[in-house]
Amino acid sequence: MQAVLVALFVVPLVAVPASYLLPAKFAPSASALAGTTSFGLCLWLVPAAGAHARWGLGSFLHLDALSEVFLLTTTFLYATTAIFAAGYLRLPPGPAGRRYGERFWPAFNLFCAAMVAAPLMNGLATLWVAVEVTTVVSALLVAIDGTHEATEASWKYLLIASLGLSLALLGTVVMYYAGTRALGGSYTPSFSELRAGASHFSPVAVRLAFVLAVLGYGTKMGLVPVHTWLPDAHSEAPSPVSALLSGTLLATSFYALLRFFQVAERSLGPRFPREVVAGFGVASLLLGALYLLSQRDLKRLLAYSSIEHMGVVAVGTSFGAPVALFGVLLHVLAHGAAKGTAFFGAGSVVRKFGTKDMEAVRGGVLVLPWSATLLVAAVLGLSGLPPFGIFRSELLVVEGGLSTGADALPAVLVVLVTVAFFGLSWSTTRTMLSAPPARGPAGDVARGEVSAWVVVPMVTGLVALGLLGVHVPGDLARLLHGAAAQLLPGGAQ
Amino acid sequence: MGQVPSTYASGAGIAALLVLLAEFAMLRAPSLRSQVRLYMSQSLVVVVLAAVTAAVRGLDDLYVLAGLSLLLKVVLVPALLVHLLREAGSDLSGSPALKVASMVLVAIAASAFGFFTVGPLGFRSPVLPSSAFAVAAAVVMVAFVLIILRSDVVSQAVGFFSVENGVSLASMVVAAGLPIVVELTLLFDLLVAVVAFGLIMRAHHALRGTLYTWELDRLRG
Repeated sequence: MQAVLVALFVVPLVAVPASYLLPAKFAPSASALAGTTSFGLCLWLVPAAGAHARWGLGSFLHLDALSEVFLLTTTFLYATTAIFAAGYLRLPPGPAGRRYGERFWPAFNLFCAAMVAAPLMNGLATLWVAVEVTTVVSALLVAIDGTHEATEASWKYLLIASLGLSLALLGTVVMYYAGTRALGGSYTPSFSELRAGASHFSPVAVRLAFVLAVLGYGTKMGLVPVHTWLPDAHSEAPSPVSALLSGTLLATSFYALLRFFQVAERSLGPRFPREVVAGFGVASLLLGALYLLSQRDLKRLLAYSSIEHMGVVAVGTSFGAPVALFGVLLHVLAHGAAKGTAFFGAGSVVRKFGTKDMEAVRGGVLVLPWSATLLVAAVLGLSGLPPFGIFRSELLVVEGGLSTGADALPAVLVVLVTVAFFGLSWSTTRTMLSAPPARGPAGDVARGEVSAWVVVPMVTGLVALGLLGVHVPGDLARLLHGAAAQLLPGGAQ
Repeated sequence: MGQVPSTYASGAGIAALLVLLAEFAMLRAPSLRSQVRLYMSQSLVVVVLAAVTAAVRGLDDLYVLAGLSLLLKVVLVPALLVHLLREAGSDLSGSPALKVASMVLVAIAASAFGFFTVGPLGFRSPVLPSSAFAVAAAVVMVAFVLIILRSDVVSQAVGFFSVENGVSLASMVVAAGLPIVVELTLLFDLLVAVVAFGLIMRAHHALRGTLYTWELDRLRG
């Protein structure tokens, strides 16, 4: 199993130089191969990770149930996005197109490699490094189109996310200090050491470290009020990058936050960390849901939906009940599949109609029979409609909340998720299902898909989303149970 | 701090204060070149403090860290910023959103907040005066003010890099035992961040012909 672990770490890294050195036409295939291989390796690890097995390579790499859940999301999107991008990117012949490809594919693979590396890191400091690498590489990808809007979004993203992460780094330093009381002046801050000694840590230091980590990683995760970079970066990035930013980068940051949450719960007891996370979660849900009601830009709409969903997972984590935590982790998987599919569809719509303004797009399903239909299905899934996975995960989160005896927060969650449902589904279905105008730009758009390759990952994402809603396979359910148990104060070390 | 030579303790305290003063000076620096020079001086103080701490405390790892920090933060980062300014062909004479006096007042309030919030927490350091941790928090707060109140990409980047100096100082105070491999990885990461900042600053200047960020207002809602 250790060999599989190392392979999972190495394969995306190898794809970085390979996609640069190979002839331009092979870079998409190499990236898709690296993505699907990574996903295959990750699937291979599910049964063992679900059986509470752990592997490590010294104090550098490790894998447990919690990290495996996030790896599944990342590698799934790595594979599907690489295939989508292969069909979506139409690089003009000549040096300009070649240069774009030479920058895009290595950066794409490096971005994915950093996101795969993050859950594999065995310690808060190395985890921070991996998350920071995702920021700098993805900021360059956001700016890659070279437009005014793209560079503006990229600058804001790089600056705000890096500042947030500097707070997270300060949190990491303070957490290290908190551990010196129990673990000595010089120790390796691996997760197992931190969790094992957490009950003897300095509570004041853990409190400060946790708040800094929530602010820092919360910035990357899009939690309100430190979310301001997110709608700009998600809307201005090329669509394959938007899919990765929303579907998996936010989840990676949430993973980092959960690692602090584990230590804080064991050190301080559950109340303080849960209250902090609940506060940020409700603010994110509220703002995300309200912005969804008035959004005209298709990609910004999906970006605000991400803020709303990060609010759901934060509130679900604050419930602390096993069933809610199971729901949160299922939500991470389902949101990844749904949001990736939705951004793929949005990319095709924007390419075809030449605009992100939903007022200017009509008759989407007639112009893009596959992509637009799958986009509507993905958006309905994101809205929490059955039988998709998000309906199931949100139901579990609410059930978990009610099981704790607290009624107010689950009620707030249900109300805000319903508001988000209307905002998201109304504007998208109106745009896609209405008749095209007889005249005008939208009426003249030629019918047909951007490429067959953009449809394949959308179908795959939707099948996964449906499967998570209808029947969670046994090994995956065991994995989610194991990961949820790790998040309980007295859970597995 | 019983066995610590008092000259070392007071010297370290003064060094921490110099880091904070450099941050204030950056805030009111009249030109971007002087801001870069101040960042270089601030980084040099952090490097010297690391080297002296290594010598006094016998922490050999800190020598490596000090050497690489010298190369990166005192040589490479300032060189990159100066290169960018030369390429841009202009040096702004300041881009404050407030008048200098108001900006300094805001920074004093922010640094007092950082200092007096973290100070009473009572963190104890075996290698440096514990008050240096509160000073590091104040450095981070003033750097945030710098980023918010200066409206040009160079000042904002310098602000971010100086946040890192504040975190380095904090790390020396309370986490001097952090494994060297981890410290080196953090430095490597800073290098990667510097490259990304440089590329996006260049793209910004190439598109807009200015280093100001006043035009970054297209994306709303």
